[in-house]
Amino acid sequence: MFRFISHRLGMAVPTLLLISVIVFALIRLIPGDPALLMLGDMADPQSLADMRSSLGLDHSVVTQYLIWIKSVLSGDLGVSISSRQPVLDLLVERFSVSATVVLVAVLLATLLAVPVGLLAAWKQNSAMDLGLVGTATLLLSVPSFWLGLLLLYVFGIQLGWLPVIGYVGFGSDPMKALTYVVLPIVTLTLVEFGAIARMARASTIEVLRLEYIAHARAKGLSEGAVLWKHALRNAFAPTWTLIGLILGNLLGGIAVLETVFTLPGIGRLMVDAIFSRDYPVLQGCLLLITCIYVLVNLLVDLLYPLFDPRVKL
Amino acid sequence: MNLKTPALPGVAAIPPRRRRRYPPLNALIGGGLLAALVLLALLGVVWTPYDPLKLDLLSRLHAPNAVHWLGTDEFGRDVFSRLIIGARTSLWISLLSVSVAVVCGTLIGMLAGYLRGWTDRILMMLNDALLAFPGILMALGIMAIVGASQYGIVLALGIAYTPSVVRVVRGSVLSLRELEFIEASRVIGNSELYTMFRHITPNCLAPLCVLATSMFGWALLSESALSFLGLGVPPPAATWGSMLSASRTYISNAPWLGIFPGIFISLTLLAINLFGDALRDRLDPRMRK
Amino acid sequence: MSVPAPLLAVENLQIRVGVDGPLAVDDFSFTMAPGEIVALVGESGSGKTMAARAAIGLLPAPMQVCGGRIIFQGQALDSSNAKAMREVRGARIGMVFQEPMVSLNPALTIGRQMSEALKLHTTLDAATIRERCIAMLQRIGIKDAEKCLASYPHQFSGGMRQRIMLASVMLLRPALLIADEPTTALDCLAQLDVIELMLELTREQGTAILFISHDLSLVARYAHKVVVMRSGKAVEQGRIEDILFAPKAEYTRQLLEALPRRGELVPVPAADSALLQVRDVCIEHPGPRSFWGRSVPKRVVHSVSLSIAPGETLALVGGSGSGKTTLGRAVVGLVNPCAGAILFQGVDILKAANRAHRLQCQMIFQDPYSSLDPRMTVGQILAEPLRHEPALTAAQKRQRVTDTLVDVGLPEQFRERFAHQLSGGQRQRVAIGRALVRRPKLVIADEPISALDMTIQKQILELFERLQRQYGFACLFISHDLSAVERIAHRVAVMNQGEVVEMGARDAIFDAPQHPYTRRLLAAASPLEKRADGSYRLRASVI
Repeated sequence: MFRFISHRLGMAVPTLLLISVIVFALIRLIPGDPALLMLGDMADPQSLADMRSSLGLDHSVVTQYLIWIKSVLSGDLGVSISSRQPVLDLLVERFSVSATVVLVAVLLATLLAVPVGLLAAWKQNSAMDLGLVGTATLLLSVPSFWLGLLLLYVFGIQLGWLPVIGYVGFGSDPMKALTYVVLPIVTLTLVEFGAIARMARASTIEVLRLEYIAHARAKGLSEGAVLWKHALRNAFAPTWTLIGLILGNLLGGIAVLETVFTLPGIGRLMVDAIFSRDYPVLQGCLLLITCIYVLVNLLVDLLYPLFDPRVKL
Repeated sequence: MNLKTPALPGVAAIPPRRRRRYPPLNALIGGGLLAALVLLALLGVVWTPYDPLKLDLLSRLHAPNAVHWLGTDEFGRDVFSRLIIGARTSLWISLLSVSVAVVCGTLIGMLAGYLRGWTDRILMMLNDALLAFPGILMALGIMAIVGASQYGIVLALGIAYTPSVVRVVRGSVLSLRELEFIEASRVIGNSELYTMFRHITPNCLAPLCVLATSMFGWALLSESALSFLGLGVPPPAATWGSMLSASRTYISNAPWLGIFPGIFISLTLLAINLFGDALRDRLDPRMRK
Repeated sequence: MSVPAPLLAVENLQIRVGVDGPLAVDDFSFTMAPGEIVALVGESGSGKTMAARAAIGLLPAPMQVCGGRIIFQGQALDSSNAKAMREVRGARIGMVFQEPMVSLNPALTIGRQMSEALKLHTTLDAATIRERCIAMLQRIGIKDAEKCLASYPHQFSGGMRQRIMLASVMLLRPALLIADEPTTALDCLAQLDVIELMLELTREQGTAILFISHDLSLVARYAHKVVVMRSGKAVEQGRIEDILFAPKAEYTRQLLEALPRRGELVPVPAADSALLQVRDVCIEHPGPRSFWGRSVPKRVVHSVSLSIAPGETLALVGGSGSGKTTLGRAVVGLVNPCAGAILFQGVDILKAANRAHRLQCQMIFQDPYSSLDPRMTVGQILAEPLRHEPALTAAQKRQRVTDTLVDVGLPEQFRERFAHQLSGGQRQRVAIGRALVRRPKLVIADEPISALDMTIQKQILELFERLQRQYGFACLFISHDLSAVERIAHRVAVMNQGEVVEMGARDAIFDAPQHPYTRRLLAAASPLEKRADGSYRLRASVI
């Protein structure tokens, strides 16, 4: 067990290192003077000279990388060109908004989709099953930003129940803040529900074919008990992996929803940084998102044996 | 001992697929929709109801009517025509990016799966690192370097999706290697290279086809998302995503500008998903015993 | 004297595939008395499994009972009354399945699965249930029962899992135990263990056993009554002495004829030097991989030496884990020994330079379902080895493939068929054809018939003999099925845990085994054999 954890952690570290190299390379590949990129066009010659020496531009690329990684690890990710804020602070502030929406939505989607998938698999090929599969496929096919727009139109503009633009943090006014995040969360929940329900259904169908299910029935267990106690845990394993993938994808894809609902999240931050050529922020976003992705996958892997004890290297 | 169908032990093998004469429903609907869209896109190469780029400021923001079936946008351009052009752009970009990803990914995946050892380990580490960049993120990063253009997007999405292909192909190769007919090939005296091309590659095609179909859908969605964010093919080219983005300003007084592009995207994705499902069902039982 | 009421009475049972599909079981009737052991025998497709599953109400989806009835302990079992069936299942009728690898839920602990049925059908409290489980586990020979309760199924071997499953089913003391081919997936020694355990436990509690099997010798040894089934109907039924020892029905005779028996062997030409020589070969499997490299390798073959003369068949027998398959794979080049030499016609074939000699050894694999490329036609599969025969022209190659098809008894139109369109026996014929198309001098046959039905096994063995007479190739026949070995092997080598414990001529080994392991193996096999007067008897044990 210990070996399993250390093995997984061991694999994560080189991955993180590689990611930092890739991010570093990506930013350096952008055409232009790196110091100018970091400070923006309005910088004065003295600051430029200072920046050049602190980036170590007169040294080799490897040294530049080492200088960079050292400052990253000590928490200094540079300063945003547009807002003059330290990048790290910006990242934390914005990420917490995105993370809230994503986590709540995926949790809700899972809680709804897994039982639905189980039910559909149990009554495979019945009218209910086909209806469920159809709905799930439909939801899966609808782009999240369009669904968000539609919901915004209906609930925000036509009915006027929920605000259309803006954002209020939870710290200041929780009730009002809730109205701002309800629509994005509902949109995301609906979209992810489709994918998770289909996967849960497919893996449950696979599991129900296996012999230990027949064995459980032979003991006299009711269908419900067989589904819940025996099928669920085994069927959940591939779904758990899917959830990890979804969380990872949403880290980038959340940008579109944030644009629709004007949420100050990390995706929007990154897109704005690209438009405004705010490279310190861009670099910080890339680094943060990818590292979070690696950590999320690590967590998914570490918890996997809960569902499939055979995976215990 | 009957090793055949564990689900129905004791029953002699029923000849496969004697009853089914028609392809299943999802293949028909999905394939049909997809074919219709492709035809529409191809038609758009030579003819559209109206010139999608022509400004007609006298006909701004008309609701759908007999003249303009899906209405006009803020510059008076016919929405339907623009959607047809958008189909061409989106489908073409998606197709190209998937092709790039499949070709690169298959080569790398085969190499890693067959050679194993340190080659495999290094390639996999690189692959996992790249996989950590969620699709859109990778595309954004690459486009920040290359600049926004049609081929920039293709390159970006192609690179973004290659790691997934590598994973699937490598997984296929690894599981196939253990099967007896691969060992039989070696015993007969075939070289490793020959075994790889003659035996392993054709048997990898099934999961690869299924993945390629799914990826086509992801690419389409990503391209729309990128256009929506303003990072896609630059205007005045019409893409579904940019049309959706532009519609936001007019959402209260001209909702059709937002509804129709979305319907088209959803229908295309639905078609791809349904078709992909049918393809998976068709290919899978063949591979199983 | 009144006859006691039967425990189970099946009357005119009919089972269909779907509402209007073909009949899987047709007008089937038999009875069982309490404590009796009744065997249902037949080949695949005979309907024996379906009939048994109907008794417990667990027919797989498209199958339905459309006629007849099943009476258990005086009450008609109505499979549409789900609640009533659930009360019967587990508590009064228990079932043990075939595949020990998949019949236990991999995600739940043993303890959880064992106690589940007790919790459902009795009102015992948790502590008592745990006590009983521990007592039962100790009864079946598990030393650390507490640890076992907290472990997962994948931590045990196949034979162990089957015993645990038996134990958990018998915990409830059912009146009837349905055993669906419980030992088919195990090797002969593990088989014996499981069956003896089953008998002990059922004898203690007076449980009757409905035993489904295709292995006639096993049935003859342990059952009281037998029902022979074919295509869903009962061909004949009665006591073992009446049916198996003195068969009357034609089909039963056919089945018994299919049992391999010692006969005249293929003549071996005189030769001065051995064709294949294995000298002190050791083979290791790499250990489990961790991030920091591999751990200690496991030795699976310890310093084995043997030789095969041209045209001779040497059988390699042993239980699972004995290393026999690994050794066979080493001869053909799939595995590299870490020590020792393998000489073919005097040439060391472990060296890459001697590849041409190595190609004179070909292999027939065990699983007919995965040894043929699903994307190639039969013609392509048979033609592929001829790539390494540059001397033949294209026309000659085509002719060779035609000849091979004739040799293995497949009609010409099979050339264009794909593997998935063939039955198991037909696929194995293709595999044999593939091995022989280049006329090799040595063929390694790795359990070539274990996956096939009885009558098909006989056909394949006959084919093999005929081909050996025709082409004179030597053979290393790896098997755990001693009766097949008895039929075609000239000499036998017995392996246990990676070492050859005994080697000698066929008759010597089978009639007068020396090594204790050999004796155990032979005792476990104990086949049915035909006497001079045409009747059958179990061979007396040689211990």
